[in-house]
Parts: sequence; C-alpha cells; structure tokens
Amino acid sequence: MAEQTLSSPAGSASGTPDADPPRITPKKPRRTGNVLLGVLAWVVGIGFFFPILWMVLTAFKQEADAYTSPPTLFFTPTLAQFEEVFSSGIGPYLLNSVFATLMSTVLVILLATPAAYAVSLRPVKKTQDVLFFFISTKMLPVVAAIVPIYVVVNYIGMLDNIWTLVVLYTAMNLPIAVWMMRSFFQEVPKELLEAASMDGASLFRSLREVVLPVVSPGMAATALICVIFSWNEFFFAVNLTASQAATVPVFLVGFITSEGLYFAKLCAAATMAALPVVIAGWVAQNKLVQGLSFGAVK
Amino acid sequence: MTDERPAAAPARPARGTGSARDGWIRRAPLLPALIFAIIVTQLPFLVTIYYSLQSWNLVRPGSQSFVGLDNYATVFTDSQFRGVALNSVLLTVGAVIFAMILGLLFALLLDRQFFGRGFVRTLLITPFLITPVAGALLWKTVLFDPTYGLINFVLSPFGAGQTDWVSSFPLTSVMIALIWQWTPFMMLLTLAGLQSQPSDVLEAARVDGAGSFAIFREVTLPHLRRFIELGVVLGAIYLVNTFDTIYMMTQGGPGTASANLPFYIYQRAFLGFDIGQSAAMGVVVVVATIVVSTFALRLIFRSFSGAEETS
Repeated sequence: MAEQTLSSPAGSASGTPDADPPRITPKKPRRTGNVLLGVLAWVVGIGFFFPILWMVLTAFKQEADAYTSPPTLFFTPTLAQFEEVFSSGIGPYLLNSVFATLMSTVLVILLATPAAYAVSLRPVKKTQDVLFFFISTKMLPVVAAIVPIYVVVNYIGMLDNIWTLVVLYTAMNLPIAVWMMRSFFQEVPKELLEAASMDGASLFRSLREVVLPVVSPGMAATALICVIFSWNEFFFAVNLTASQAATVPVFLVGFITSEGLYFAKLCAAATMAALPVVIAGWVAQNKLVQGLSFGAVK
Repeated sequence: MTDERPAAAPARPARGTGSARDGWIRRAPLLPALIFAIIVTQLPFLVTIYYSLQSWNLVRPGSQSFVGLDNYATVFTDSQFRGVALNSVLLTVGAVIFAMILGLLFALLLDRQFFGRGFVRTLLITPFLITPVAGALLWKTVLFDPTYGLINFVLSPFGAGQTDWVSSFPLTSVMIALIWQWTPFMMLLTLAGLQSQPSDVLEAARVDGAGSFAIFREVTLPHLRRFIELGVVLGAIYLVNTFDTIYMMTQGGPGTASANLPFYIYQRAFLGFDIGQSAAMGVVVVVATIVVSTFALRLIFRSFSGAEETS
C-alpha cells in the first residue's frame, strides 16, 4: 500500500503540481513586485530548509570539519559517519520501524475503509455521533492512557513487542483516517451506486467497480499520512519497547547517550532516521495536501 | 457473482425484521473500527480513573491501596504541576499561533506563479516530514549549540556572544523548534484554502476595482476561515501532546522550566514510578482537555459541514 503511495504520483513531484491550473485569467505581467515576491519565496524556502540542508552536509563531514567556528562550508565529503551509524546497529531499528509503520497503516486502512463507507454512503442515525466519537478519541491526551497501557501490556507480557506498537499506532491514526476517508467517500456519485445495484451488481462488485476507483487516491493520501505519523512516533516507542522492538527514533536517542555529542555522526544518524518519510512525503506531495485538507483539494 | 444472493434475499420478506436487519447491515462495516477504538483508546482511560484513586508506587510492591481523592488533592496543591500546566498552555498556544501566522504568510507567497514554485513548496514542507526527534536534535546541536551552532554564528556580527540558547531560554527554544516543525502543516492547509477559492469571485472583485488588500480581507480571509480553524484545532491536538521535542532538547529542565504536562506525567510515572499520582494528573488533563475540546470540536464540525457544501 505504501509502495503505491510512493510511486504513483511521482510525475508531479517537483514540477508544477496538477492541483493548480492558472486560475486568474490573462494577468498583465505585473512589474517588479511579482519578481520580488518570487525571490522572497525562494529566500524563505531556502532559509526554512537550511537547517536540514546543514544537517545533511554535516553528515558527510569528518568530525573535525563539523566542529569548527566559523562553520566549514567546503570539505571533502566522506561516508565514514554513515558507516559508523550502520556498524552501531541501526539495522534492526529500521526493520522495526518499517514493520510497525506498514503493518499499522494496512490495519488502519482495513478498519477505516468500511467505517468511512458506512458513515458516508449508507449513513444511519447517529452517524454524526460516531464521527464525533472518533475525533474525540484524538482529543484525549495520550499521556493519560500510558500508565494503564503500560501496566496491561506488561501484564500480558507484550512489553518490547513490535505488535504492541502496531496496535497502538493503528488506534492512534484510526480517527484521523476515518475522517479523511469519509471526505473521499462522499465524492462517490450515489447515482452510479444505485445504477449498479439496479443492474444486479453485488455489494462486493459495486464496491470494487464503482467505489474503489473513486476513493483509491484518497486512500493513498490517508495511508501516506498514517505512515508519516507512525514512522515519527516516539512516546509509545520509548515507553513500551527496549532492545527488541525499539524503532528508529528510540535508536536516535540511545545513540546520543552511547556515542556522546559528535555532530557529524549524530547528523548522519538523524538523516537516516528522517530520510524514508521525507522522501515519501516529497514524492507524494500532492497526496499530502489532499489528505491534510481532508479532500478539500483534489 | 453468486454471492449477491445471501445479501439481497433476506431483506425482502417481513418488513419489520428486514429494516432492523438492514440497519445492522448498514452498521456492520463501522463496527470493527468502533470496537477497536473503544478497546484501545477508551478502556485505558477508565482504568486511569481507577488508578487515580489508588495509592500505588511501583517501587514499593504491595503498596496499592484505595485512597479516594487524596491524589487529586496532592495534584492541585502541587505548585510544579501548576507551572507545568502553564507551560503546556504557553507552548501549545504560542506554537499554534506563530506557526499559523508564518504558515499563512508562506502560503500567500506560494499562491502565485513564479519560477521553481513546486521546488520551493517542497523545501517548505520538509520540516513537517522530519522525524521530530531528529528535528529536535538538529535544533539542539547544529543550530543552538553555544560554540558551534549556526544561530550564534549568524548573530555574531550583531554582537551575540556564545549564548547557550537551550539552557537560557529552554521553553522558547522548544517553542521555536515546534513552530519550525508545524509551520509547513499550517501552510499546506491555508494553501489548500487559497487554491480552492472560486476564481470568478476574485475576478469579480477585481473588476469592481477592489484593491489587493481589500480583496484579501473581504474575500480571501472569510474563505480561509474554516481552513485556519481546521489547522488550529488539528495543530493543537498534536501540539498539546508534544513529548519528543522536549525529551530531546531539554528533558523538561532546568528543573521543570520547560516541561509540559505529558513530559511531567511521564517523569512521575516512569522515573518516579508513582502510578496513582500520575494517573490523577492524567485525569485532570483529560477533564481540562474535554472542556477545551468541546469548544474546539464545535469549530471543527462547522468547518466540515461547510466543506461539504462547497465540495
């Protein structure tokens, strides 16, 4: 599922996004003001991104080049720091992160799709209450639940087990996913559904042939957002896992305690921790916008 | 497709049972998600309430006993708790407001044709994608480090010495990292709003001779309102729960100067092992959140019903 998210909208990644056709018809070439605002946008964009750029640059430095004042801009790049991060054993953490992220995302989609279908296409009374309930679970601060969760997980012997994270991440993303998917399901033309059932199409078939094509882009958007939140999650991971099931953010924290504050090495580790999701988000930018705006932008 | 039969046939005969059954068929797809959400998210809260009435410290096994509201009395007389609660409010409100203002400004910059627009948007959304732990690490070391940090380097022409930003201004430092991280989110939402503006209305306003600022205030802002509300509510939901950034940058310190409620409760539960106390704090936080969010939910609901009308 995440593979789809990664690859499908690749074409529209960096070029002009398909979401913005020229809206305001023949606009006179507006003087220097426009150019200046364009330049300002570039300055702001680069300034905002600069910390990340610097992090990536530092990751390719020798420690000696990382600790200089004023900062070194020109240096001979090296992969030594990345090798060190690998040899200090980021591998299993990466695998845990991938597993928890993909598994919980699949579960979220499996649970949220029928739920969104029910609340949008075949609404019953109390649908509003149900939606209200879902989003309200998101309002309750996680920290208030962590103590009993810890006690129960400990009691059933699931501490430091990756499935614990899978279940919790699923619950964490489910409400947002139901809301997002609902907005996409609402775009399914009801007449088409009725026509299909008139023709004697089974529920399953009309789902597959009428509903799925309309909602699948929204599904991908929802999945992407679940992936981002799960990959980056730290609170549950740090409290409920130890050596076996710990994820990449936990590795990063442990890395500092064990290796000390070596800028270049830390930057290499941070770059590797962030990279998968950053690339996914870049490639599927339009999906990101679509999902976060709850379908308000097609 | 033969599997249509069982679904279609039973609905026909008796109308009374049929409609009840139909109701359940309609509800059925909802149930897995609903049951899952109730078990995983709601039951723990009930247990939290139960624990909050106990005196229970994990360090002293067998110390568990019913103490009624004692824990709550302790929470409310705990001056640290009050300070931390205030930090929570400051962090959340500050980060939401600044991120929204910046996000709106960036969105306005991006909502126009210029060379490399897609690329600039890509740059701007990246802080939202970066793992918060990595982002916080980045701010703490590469940017805020007193000797080698970029901030002090950039400010050095203006006479800034080797200020240790994180220890001198812990709460502000955390807030800056959070604003950096959440501005892209606000920007994406407001940009979505800007791009969904009906162009004919804008055109009409322009033909009527309205100036750019008047158009922005009279047409664009009202249109953006529900996107801004959505951003504020969703941003607040996530920002109230901030934990990783504080854990990474300051560990809540010095003292509890930069601790928010999640971090403080974490300290009490996992470093102090005081289950009863931390559960009581959790309940207090939940009650406070419910009060605030009933208001917020009303907003979000209005936003969404509005969204349906236009889409």
